[in-house]
Amino acid sequence: MGSIELVCPAGSPAMLRAAVEAGADSVYCGLRDDTNARNFPGLNFSPAELADSVRWAHDHGARVLLAVNTFARAGASDRWRHSIDAAAGTGADAVIVADLGVLAHAREAWPDLRLHLSVQAAAGTPEAIAFYARAYGVKRVVLPRVLSVDEIAALMREIEVETEAFVYGGLCVMAEGRCALSSYATGRSPNLDGVCSPPEAVTYTEEEGGMVSRLAGLALDRYAPGDPAGYPTLCKGRFVVDGALSYLFEDPVSLNAMSLLAALRRAGVTAVKIEGRQRGKAYVARVAAAFRAAIDAMDAGEDPARFEPLLADLAEGGRQTAGAYRKTWR
Amino acid sequence: MSEPIQLTLGPLLFNWAPERIRDFYGRIADEAPVERVHLGEVVCGKRAPLLDNAFADAAERVKAAGKQVVWSTLGLPGLRRDRKAIAALSADQESLIEINDVSALLDRTGPFVAGPLLNVYNEAAARELMGRGCVRLCANVELSLAAVSAIAAGCPELEIELFAFGRLPLALSGRCYHARHHGLHKDNCQFICDRDLDGLDLQTLDGKDFLAVNGVQTLSHGVQLADIPPADLRAAGVTALRLSPHTADMVAVAQAFRAFADERIDGAELAARAGAARPPGPFVGGYLRGVAGLQPAGLQ
Repeated sequence: MGSIELVCPAGSPAMLRAAVEAGADSVYCGLRDDTNARNFPGLNFSPAELADSVRWAHDHGARVLLAVNTFARAGASDRWRHSIDAAAGTGADAVIVADLGVLAHAREAWPDLRLHLSVQAAAGTPEAIAFYARAYGVKRVVLPRVLSVDEIAALMREIEVETEAFVYGGLCVMAEGRCALSSYATGRSPNLDGVCSPPEAVTYTEEEGGMVSRLAGLALDRYAPGDPAGYPTLCKGRFVVDGALSYLFEDPVSLNAMSLLAALRRAGVTAVKIEGRQRGKAYVARVAAAFRAAIDAMDAGEDPARFEPLLADLAEGGRQTAGAYRKTWR
Repeated sequence: MSEPIQLTLGPLLFNWAPERIRDFYGRIADEAPVERVHLGEVVCGKRAPLLDNAFADAAERVKAAGKQVVWSTLGLPGLRRDRKAIAALSADQESLIEINDVSALLDRTGPFVAGPLLNVYNEAAARELMGRGCVRLCANVELSLAAVSAIAAGCPELEIELFAFGRLPLALSGRCYHARHHGLHKDNCQFICDRDLDGLDLQTLDGKDFLAVNGVQTLSHGVQLADIPPADLRAAGVTALRLSPHTADMVAVAQAFRAFADERIDGAELAARAGAARPPGPFVGGYLRGVAGLQPAGLQ
């Protein structure tokens, strides 16, 4: 492992192996139900696949983190407790949790199980982080994507747990775990169901002026003939305000903070994280390899920025941003 | 005879001028049939220094009228000043406060209300908070009445409040959309959100009303109306209804909800009276039925 841990996504056992073979230090994944925040058809692990994958990863020197990071459904929280129990039973290296009730179960039933706080918990202050550390023994916090690098450095001086920062992939514009736009439009959301802007609500129609993408019937963007149509994620749509049309919340871009690896390491961040469990093994192999090379270059005293363009064609809308890590984003 | 369902005026979400705040709460104090009034800035810590005095005056008026004042914390603290403000509220262990971010839980031992901006989605999470002093939960707006009912069943000692009137608080962000819309940087925003007293309306590409922007917050364009029969509310464990301040005639809205909760008028009459108070959008109520939040009210 280099000076900063590389954490990669796996939506399947094959993707997990691809990530590790491409240089991931750790891989995170979820069980095949609504206890994780990428609850998509055909994705994720059965308990048996998880057990096999944990064994395989450990044999190859990698760690497995199980995401149990949605909020348990009222009256049905058994499923979330079972996911925690499954993680502990298979020897997973940590669970990534957001819900207070699920944290309490993990702490009580499996006192030795390492707890990471999911980005969905939106813990962005030293006080919130200290609360989770004191109350539940959380060892690592995945940082909300609303903080700049300077703010992360300041935060690190006031906390005693490890942090993990997203550096690549889909970019939430809202504070994660604090957004209900998707359920307002479609009835399903990250916090309730582990999905955002769900595929079953998406339609594309040819209309005068081009292709229109819709979510639950709401027109979110229009594409000129010949232009590639993007996925209608709510916060990346074009909206009308005061008669003016704009990407009010965020352009259709994705996060790439590779150029900030050294700054994040200097700030004291323990691990960097790639988003995209839904994007398959070819994606993770390329992204993991590029970040492995960048981290290794950085550790050898070179500038890792030269690896950044390698991934440009994978970005949503073909465009990348360093997001909130640069303060001008706000 | 069961206890009457109480009415709560939620915290003001918008950047109103100090004079408007004083006038508004003066009238609420004198005329609105609500048991308690939440005060304080919950959306943007930058606004707070401009409004602190007005809120303090409002608190005096409300208390003098025999209503309870509950101070609410910020929902997404970032600046050191935000954190100090939360710590100061939280340190007063004698007074009931509303907590809208986990930051405030750190040293809290006194009683508190879990606000709708906290992520409490189930009875186990609610019980965790009760163990730390939570006496009332204003349910997260995404929750259905069935989910609220399951939480209440698992936490019989907990008072349960429902977000019953107003634009739904849907999202918070590190980015200020008012500033972005006006081509300003968040750090030099000129407090431009003060132009839109109920939020800045946003339409889809084909002109459908959808959302409203309020600085770093995104609200629904539609106005929540919990027109669920009081017997069903009681059966679900609901003990209070929250009305969220707007430029609408909030005294008339509170009077309509009082009459509805006392079963003097039905849901249709509630909608008619609340509609006559000039809310900023059509009534929605999908969340409580477990469907998309923007689905219309009136289908109970």
